[in-house]
Amino acid sequence: MPFIPHTEKDTREMLETIGADSIADLFDEIPRELMIEQLAHVPEAMNEMEIARLMRQRAKMDGSPMCFIGAGAYEHHIPTAVWDIATRGEFYSAYTPYQAEASQGTLQVIYEYQTMITELTGLDVSNASLYDGASALAEASLMAVRANRRVKTGRILLAPGVNPVYEQVAAAIAGAQGLAFERLPQDASTGNIDFSQLPEDKEPVAVVVQQPSFVGTLEDVDRLTDWARAEGALLISIVNPTSLALLKPPGQWGEEGADIAIGEGQPLGVPMSSGGPYFGFMTCKQKHVRQMPGRIVGRTTDLDGNPGFALTLQAREQHIRRSKATSNICTNQGLMVTAATIYMSLLGYEGLKSVAHTSQANTTLLIDGLCGIEGVDRLYDGPFFHEVALKLDRSVAPILAALADRDILGGLDITSVVGTDALLVCATETKTAADIEAYVAAFAVVMSGDSA
Amino acid sequence: MSDPTNSNLIFDKSRSGRRAFAQAPADAAVSAIPESMLRDDKPRLPEASELQTVRHFTRLSQMNFSIDTQFYPLGSCTMKYNPRACNALALLPEFAGRHPLAPSSHGQGFLSCMFELQEMLKDVTGMKGVSLTPMAGAQGEFAGVAMIKAYHEARGDHGRTEIICPDAAHGTNPATATMCGCAVREVPTGPEGDIDFDALKAAVGPQTAGIMLTNPSTLGVFERRIEEVADLVHEAGGLLYYDGANLNAILGKVRPGDMDFDVIHMNLHKTFSTPHGGGGPGSGAVGVNDRLLPFMPIPVVGSKEVGGETVYNWLSEADLPQSIGRLSGFMGNSGVLLRAYVYMRMLGRDGMERVSEYATLNANYLAARLRDAGFELAFPTRRASHEFIVTLRREAKSVNLTAMDIAKALLDKNYHAPTTYFPLLVPECLLIEPTETESKETLDNFVTAMIEIVTAAKQGTEFKDAPYTLPVRRLDDVKAARQLDLAYRPEET
Repeated sequence: MPFIPHTEKDTREMLETIGADSIADLFDEIPRELMIEQLAHVPEAMNEMEIARLMRQRAKMDGSPMCFIGAGAYEHHIPTAVWDIATRGEFYSAYTPYQAEASQGTLQVIYEYQTMITELTGLDVSNASLYDGASALAEASLMAVRANRRVKTGRILLAPGVNPVYEQVAAAIAGAQGLAFERLPQDASTGNIDFSQLPEDKEPVAVVVQQPSFVGTLEDVDRLTDWARAEGALLISIVNPTSLALLKPPGQWGEEGADIAIGEGQPLGVPMSSGGPYFGFMTCKQKHVRQMPGRIVGRTTDLDGNPGFALTLQAREQHIRRSKATSNICTNQGLMVTAATIYMSLLGYEGLKSVAHTSQANTTLLIDGLCGIEGVDRLYDGPFFHEVALKLDRSVAPILAALADRDILGGLDITSVVGTDALLVCATETKTAADIEAYVAAFAVVMSGDSA
Repeated sequence: MSDPTNSNLIFDKSRSGRRAFAQAPADAAVSAIPESMLRDDKPRLPEASELQTVRHFTRLSQMNFSIDTQFYPLGSCTMKYNPRACNALALLPEFAGRHPLAPSSHGQGFLSCMFELQEMLKDVTGMKGVSLTPMAGAQGEFAGVAMIKAYHEARGDHGRTEIICPDAAHGTNPATATMCGCAVREVPTGPEGDIDFDALKAAVGPQTAGIMLTNPSTLGVFERRIEEVADLVHEAGGLLYYDGANLNAILGKVRPGDMDFDVIHMNLHKTFSTPHGGGGPGSGAVGVNDRLLPFMPIPVVGSKEVGGETVYNWLSEADLPQSIGRLSGFMGNSGVLLRAYVYMRMLGRDGMERVSEYATLNANYLAARLRDAGFELAFPTRRASHEFIVTLRREAKSVNLTAMDIAKALLDKNYHAPTTYFPLLVPECLLIEPTETESKETLDNFVTAMIEIVTAAKQGTEFKDAPYTLPVRRLDDVKAARQLDLAYRPEET
């Protein structure tokens, strides 16, 4: 019996102690008519050798294409030590650290994580993480309503460059509590906020900006942060953690900085893995800490006066406050945070900076190459980090399909997002000059119509 | 605030100029970003060598209890063995490296696993449709209640604003109802652990959107009148939500769909053995019956026949226009789903049933042994499900041994504590769930440890200061909350 240690003798003795004749007797309080005979659609068991063979076959079907897609999940080098350590049984198979004395490893990792992510974002405090970047926007929006009680509109204004999926997720999760999401006007030439058209009568509870934007551009975040403050709104920033080794952190935006920073933690050592598990990070100014959702770890002392770590401010959480909790959330993405903490320790600021710089340089090389092909041009001018929108003189889908046939994932078709034939491309530090050259050459061939 | 004495943080190892040089590319020149957008300070990330980092985090791991190192009878959490193969196979390079937006031409392997996982989960729950996208139990709950609301609204039935929860429910249930914009009405529990049927009768009405139930309940007993409960709620126009926290107890025996539940969330990190990871990732797939099929969260994996071959693809807004929407940036915790898939294939049809059989055997055996040793069971007339409750109300009075004391004393004996003080309605309670993967010897040794602690207490030993042998002693929670130290800031010392 896979994973069950009982011998026949064990089972017999145990039933005797219980005073039951058979295991079936143990289910005698369940109405007979509800019991089923057998599951019809679960196949017979496979042993480890058999399932390993099956999974290798399946994995092979997915292949190992060269990937130039970003759009919220990014391919980065992950040091071997990251997952070697994160999947040690002591981390992998531990529970939530409610019994603090038996969970100091996990708790200290989270404290160190909170330190690193606040350093990167330039804000005061962090929680122990949320599910992912998109759901973090929902939680940040709900948090803003709690933290900015003077504003009763429930209106959240989103910069035009906020990832459209993030808006969908935030609306799906926070919509039921009366929040409404609206977009700020876009300057069609830059892709960024049109500051000349900012609304005056919206009374937003919060303003959200993504830096770099979903389409790869860099916004004037200082100006927007100051505008949000003047409007009586909190400023929620969505940032890419890798970019923070290069770009100004949210805590330093404008006169007083952003109130809340969130984002997708995946670039910090988490494999892309078809979309998860990732983690959402969230940091904020000290004054908002009690409105923050999710677990938070604090350093304190034990009975002997030695330092130790424990979950704190639990009065915000569902297991204490039930229907009055700040959120129904009861997990953080502990294992992913463990990986990210090891990743950030190994890279350090200098390492992360060279990852950011190399990604920017590679993306520059890539778009210089692609824009040399007839029918390809940048959709927006202006500075970028490691992702750029390109417009084509024809439909994008057939081009990407032809590239995929050559085992190149050439980018994301964003035609429906931007309203013109366009794709979003990204080249991180994982790409060599030869990779980029190969992609550009393949793109040129596909565009020339010679797809043979 | 930070006290550097005895500090052993990764930051204490930092020396300017040190790092794991093999892990980052050579630096490169950045072009065309205006100065005003650039960072001009230096975030204090660690500056440590690769060996220092590996040693630091390995040492931290050794300060944890875990399933791989200790018995973890934590009620309601199903801390069973996490097979190693599930992790290794989910991290095969093609799976780990697959971009979430990669086309389905480069994803038939992954998508076929997800499709088959949906089918298997439909079978074990007796539901008509499954969406794998919720990222944890609480998000599955949210999806479930949101679907219930969407169902009523689609029918123009706008007055249903109330969600009924038993007083024994997990805290996430009422918190979820609030997040969905519903009011919560609690109903009490009867003396034998079943829901108070008369109170429920009085609670349902035209305002009832639905009821959230765990069965077996958080009290470790099966809700015997579940069919009447279902009829009562359905007749009042409400729907039934099944909290899958305790699915391990009935796997392959009874199905929530057959009990007439309309929607269920499963905790794959409990029943299907994906890792708890020190507090996540979870995974909270939802199953629905016919009524709620159109409202499932997206994306869902579909299949079609193309030229005699089955091709798998994502179903999205166009396919499910009434969906409650997206709950994650991509597709939920997909890597966790792969682990659950591997686990289910390794158990197979018969293995599913054995899970609930041996989980129930272990719980009833442990309950019988503890009862025989003098411990008081909260529901002595009932069969235990996969878990049961011991109450220390007698010991707390007679020998000053509380549930908290015994929990901490167990840590010194190298056992993780059971769940304490939940459910809230049983005083001084321990909720104990051994799971099917523990051997009889482990259970016997645990009973011995429990007896030793009570015996010592009777002889005058106090456990108020336990544990003594762990990396730290009891922590000052009041100080943690009043003098918030949530990040290391060397300048503040």
